[in-house]
Amino acid sequence: MVDTVNLMCTFERLGTTQTELRASPVPEGQILGESYVPPEGCDVATGWEVFAGQMGLLGSELWTETQNVLIGALSAIPSIAIYVAIILAFMFAWRALKSFLTPTRDYTSLKTVTFGDESAVRSMLSASIISVVLIFVIWGSFTGSSLIPRFLHLPGPFLGEASFTYTMEDGAGNRDDAEVFVRVIEAGAEETDYEVDPGDGIAANDATEIVEYRSAIVAWDRNDAASRRDDGARIVAINGQEFEFDASLEDEDGNLLQTPPTFDLDFGRVAITDRGTINIVPNQGVQMQPLYLPAPEVVWQSFIDIAKYGYQNVYLTVHLGFSLFRVVVGFLLGAIVGIPLGYAMGLSNWFRGWFDPIVEFMRPVPPLALIPLVIIWFGIGEVGKIFLLFLAALWIMAIAARSGVSGVRITKVHAAYSLGASKWQILRHVIIPNSLPEIFTGARVAMGVCWGTVVAAELVAAEEGIGKMITTASKFQSTDIILLGVIIIGIVGFGIDMLMRMAERKLVPWKGKG
Amino acid sequence: MSGLAIDNISMRFDLPNGGHVQALQDVTLDIKPGEIMSVLGPSGCGKTTLLNIVAGFLAPTEGETRVNDHVVEGPDAERGMVFQQGALFEWMSVRDNVSFGPRMAGKKKADYMGNVDHLLDIVGLQDFKEKMVYELSGGMQQRVALARCLANDPDVILMDEPLGALDALTREKMQSLVLKLWKETGKTIILITHSIDEALLLGERVLVMAPRPGRIHKEYRLPFAEMGVNADLREVKEHPQYAPTREEILTMIWDMEEEIMGRTEEGA
Repeated sequence: MVDTVNLMCTFERLGTTQTELRASPVPEGQILGESYVPPEGCDVATGWEVFAGQMGLLGSELWTETQNVLIGALSAIPSIAIYVAIILAFMFAWRALKSFLTPTRDYTSLKTVTFGDESAVRSMLSASIISVVLIFVIWGSFTGSSLIPRFLHLPGPFLGEASFTYTMEDGAGNRDDAEVFVRVIEAGAEETDYEVDPGDGIAANDATEIVEYRSAIVAWDRNDAASRRDDGARIVAINGQEFEFDASLEDEDGNLLQTPPTFDLDFGRVAITDRGTINIVPNQGVQMQPLYLPAPEVVWQSFIDIAKYGYQNVYLTVHLGFSLFRVVVGFLLGAIVGIPLGYAMGLSNWFRGWFDPIVEFMRPVPPLALIPLVIIWFGIGEVGKIFLLFLAALWIMAIAARSGVSGVRITKVHAAYSLGASKWQILRHVIIPNSLPEIFTGARVAMGVCWGTVVAAELVAAEEGIGKMITTASKFQSTDIILLGVIIIGIVGFGIDMLMRMAERKLVPWKGKG
Repeated sequence: MSGLAIDNISMRFDLPNGGHVQALQDVTLDIKPGEIMSVLGPSGCGKTTLLNIVAGFLAPTEGETRVNDHVVEGPDAERGMVFQQGALFEWMSVRDNVSFGPRMAGKKKADYMGNVDHLLDIVGLQDFKEKMVYELSGGMQQRVALARCLANDPDVILMDEPLGALDALTREKMQSLVLKLWKETGKTIILITHSIDEALLLGERVLVMAPRPGRIHKEYRLPFAEMGVNADLREVKEHPQYAPTREEILTMIWDMEEEIMGRTEEGA
């Protein structure tokens, strides 16, 4: 065990004197408070300095983070404003359209006060449809999708051929013009040997082929009669625009004396590098690269593929089946233990007192925080994951059952006693049916949490499962599979909730009617 | 048939702030079999507490209640309850609600079903037997509650403002129904109400209670309940004795309310 000491150190950084708190081990053989000598520029920190130093370190880091967050939030404002404008535009357009059609004449349509009348606000189906369609249109226009017409595409990266001229001057002052031909090809297209006629004169034409979203450096002098290194040749103009830049002029420290120029051309940007070569960056447009966001049809195609043939030798049904199996088993176990626990807490002072601290402590702990512990305890097998989901469902179901019992109107219980029912009969015929609506609400929440937890648990450790599919895909940068996984998770989660709601309507029709 | 003896009951409980409440003091009552008695009083006079003690939901700190020559120690099927509202089991049909008591007692279906259907006919719900209770109106629900109580054949029926949540017209019809059922079944009934008219119309005996501590203030013996069994309740109200009695009780309760308000203002 090495003793550690907190030091306040003063040092020079970027020309200013700074003081910072550091933890540092006490060297062997020295004893703190006796023979220990702090390093130069440092003093042993007092208790107050340790606290103030920690606050200072935290504060400076948080300040940087706050700035980043603010910059991010501010830069999102234009996009949000455009989106809101689109929503409003569609709303007014829809209203204008509706005014030409036969107006509905039901009771709600005759209300004059709708702003603030909750019952008059109904989810508008047309708005939902437009909203979903718009998501796909935006997705398609940012990815150049073939599903939507071309005029909706945002400007994509430059593709095709272009050229520009450069003027070269050799050491003797002779000038000659030559052209650089650029051909930008799609990612994944086959590369060719792009050759052009070199032309005449001391400068020869160059050709380069660039994959979209990439850039290229052209060593223009490689086929010219004069070279940069041997003849002091350099470029003095691009497309006839002259400039003063000599890459060979340096000061003692090796810094350039002149700034290399940059030119914005039709097809992209052309810059002279520090070494005098030409850097060509074709226009990238504002579309997303497939690596960041694949087009909808690509995701659909990969869905078809992995549904048919699986991903990494595991079929989609197997991935999905494992995830659902874990959720269902974990949830059922949680309900089997949690509901009786909740009843005990709702019916007995002693059980309420016994379990209240445990439940109230465990409830705010997100199951995700337990993943490392569960892996250490149970390994990465099914037991650990199901235990995690069991815990996720347990507290929710216990609390739902407890509040279901507490929600029984005392008059119902009194009435049942006065009709001669025993305690057991009251539990069976009054308390349990009365708590079913609450339990169903809890079950819906628990299923949602379990579904979220299983995906996260699979991200950390699993052989199969929809979360595992996403992790594997992220290692291969298969964004289409990641996106597909996210969409499947959303759809399945929504489907589970719809099923629970249907079951609720069927099994507890008296909900909210007591 | 059995009557009810309330013997010198007091109810006193501690408050968390160290004080205490004397909810009832020395209440003694003797109710004969087949009597119908209504209880009136300003809020806080302990009438619901008294009913809860008789029902067996609360234990008095002094005194005892006797039914069928035994002391009340808890709720029992011999004392049926009808509550204001919300005491029906909305997960059961009308018929299952009404047959709840016999079913819990483990009786055979053949033995109780005839009586259940008969009671549903009496309260006018013969066409609603298979409906769920939440599909019924408030007045219909209270008729189910009455039928449910009667189906269990209790000796004493305790009613805690059973008609309080109903509209005026429904309420009047239900008052006639209560009188009819009282006469047909001959049950002993204690009815708590806020309405003076209801107390006068439904009470052979009318008990006026006073607050702080809750106690019996005055008792009346009135002929209106007996009259109402065979006559329209509006005709009963035309009786020369009705208006003066009503006025007297109204003034009595009014004065008590004034006193409570005055005391609160002085205290504040």
